[in-house]
Amino acid sequence: MSVERTYAEINARIKAGKAVVLTAEEVIGKVKEQGLTKTAAEVDVVTTGTFGPMCSSGAFLNFGHSSPRMRMTKVSLNNVPAYTGIAAVDAYIGATEVPEDDPANSNHPGEFRYGGGHVIEDLVAGKTVKLKALSYGTDCYPRREIETNITLNDLNEATLFNPRNAYQNYNCAVNASDRVIHTYMGTLKPRFGNANYSTSGQLSPLMKDPNFATIGIGTRIFLGGGIGYVVWNGTQHFPGWLKDQEGNVVGSAGGTLSVLGDLKQMKPQWLRGTRFQGYGATLTVGLGVPIPILNEEILRFAALSDEELHAPVVDYSDAYPNRVGGNLGVVSYAQLKSGKIILDGKEIPTAPLSSYPKAREIAGQLKNWIEKGDFLLGEPVQLLPGPMAGLTGKPLEIK
Amino acid sequence: MAPHKIVLRFTSSTSDQPIIYHLVKDYDLVVNILKAQINPHLEGTLVLDLRGEKYEEGIEYLRNQGISVHPLTQEVVRNNDRCTSCGACTGHCPAGALAMERPSMEVQFDSDKCVVCLQCLKVCPVGAMEVRI
Repeated sequence: MSVERTYAEINARIKAGKAVVLTAEEVIGKVKEQGLTKTAAEVDVVTTGTFGPMCSSGAFLNFGHSSPRMRMTKVSLNNVPAYTGIAAVDAYIGATEVPEDDPANSNHPGEFRYGGGHVIEDLVAGKTVKLKALSYGTDCYPRREIETNITLNDLNEATLFNPRNAYQNYNCAVNASDRVIHTYMGTLKPRFGNANYSTSGQLSPLMKDPNFATIGIGTRIFLGGGIGYVVWNGTQHFPGWLKDQEGNVVGSAGGTLSVLGDLKQMKPQWLRGTRFQGYGATLTVGLGVPIPILNEEILRFAALSDEELHAPVVDYSDAYPNRVGGNLGVVSYAQLKSGKIILDGKEIPTAPLSSYPKAREIAGQLKNWIEKGDFLLGEPVQLLPGPMAGLTGKPLEIK
Repeated sequence: MAPHKIVLRFTSSTSDQPIIYHLVKDYDLVVNILKAQINPHLEGTLVLDLRGEKYEEGIEYLRNQGISVHPLTQEVVRNNDRCTSCGACTGHCPAGALAMERPSMEVQFDSDKCVVCLQCLKVCPVGAMEVRI
């Protein structure tokens, strides 16, 4: 009879120091070696990891009250504006925000050397950040301006809240045009000169639980080097199946996570300010999700390898910007990681934007935490919608 | 013979001369132009990879033309603490100095192969590549 486990049973084994934990990379070999049934009977948890640019990242910060008090209307941190349409001394610094005096792309391609993601990295690194704020002044909050220096320790709360992270799968980006293009998938050379991709493939969290059979609200995760939580589905959460031209399922599609954690627990090597020439600034986020092996079916997906997982190849010179659907074919992560793919008989060199060695380190760190009993699994109070929910993206029509 | 990386500085009176032609034709030198620039005052800078039996004679010729010759002291270094081994640079390094090691997927930097084109400084998402003068 096949194995069935509960979260409570797995957590009891973690507390007793008896849980068997493998990384998503390790479990592939284990299943190949001894089959699904035997491995499912042995393994309690499979850990995953990813470390790539995730633009929908940011942090809620509470600065505390000055004397006299101030209702901060405009706030900047190291000259990067933060959103203040919330309570008096709270702000949200978004990873993609750039300084007000940044030339952006007016001198194309812009450099975007410093943005909100860099502010977050500097805060986590313990560096001093310049806070400037303006206000219109009120009877209860009379101060109209402030300029001071803050560090992460000075803040009451610093909550990393990323509304769309951990993309389940992503495009492999190419450029069919005759000119160099600068995209959020990096600089793409003309005439299919290179192909960039951005997931950790067989280590990628949502590829290893494509049905969302275990991931939901309350799932405890590795986030930026600390402990975080899945708090909702991410924006643009469209889980589904990636199919090849013959209609065979060859991977998962576009599920996303909304995640939250205490920035004060995190580490700068797992939240790295990032920029793409000619595109903008962002934040590279380290994120890892443990997958409880509740049954054999969950293990079957958790053990999918780079050979079995694929990405769609998309032209970023025309199809992507003009929202033309479809793709130029699919390629496996094993091919992408080999350093070249073949498209229409032409060999194209590939390069990743997300770090596979760091993803491996995250999955290993999470495994270590669980083995040591420092990290218990969070049982979701509600699972996120999976492919069966049939969620698809609504385009923005211009009326 | 190992190539010499040199920087040539031209005045406005020499920047319009067919200097490279003579290096190749008269001194049989192998020239790889790494960088070339002429400013609005018509002064020029050229960074070369130069090799050949008559290297010293070629350099003598350049100096006789009034062109200053300096060894290239600019070098590209990797800040290993910042580098995440993402690999974005590997598709852009023309010299193969930045390359992905497989199957570890770690990015290796071989500074001996670097031609100081500075492409990596532009495409590195985390600013891990730096230039040292």
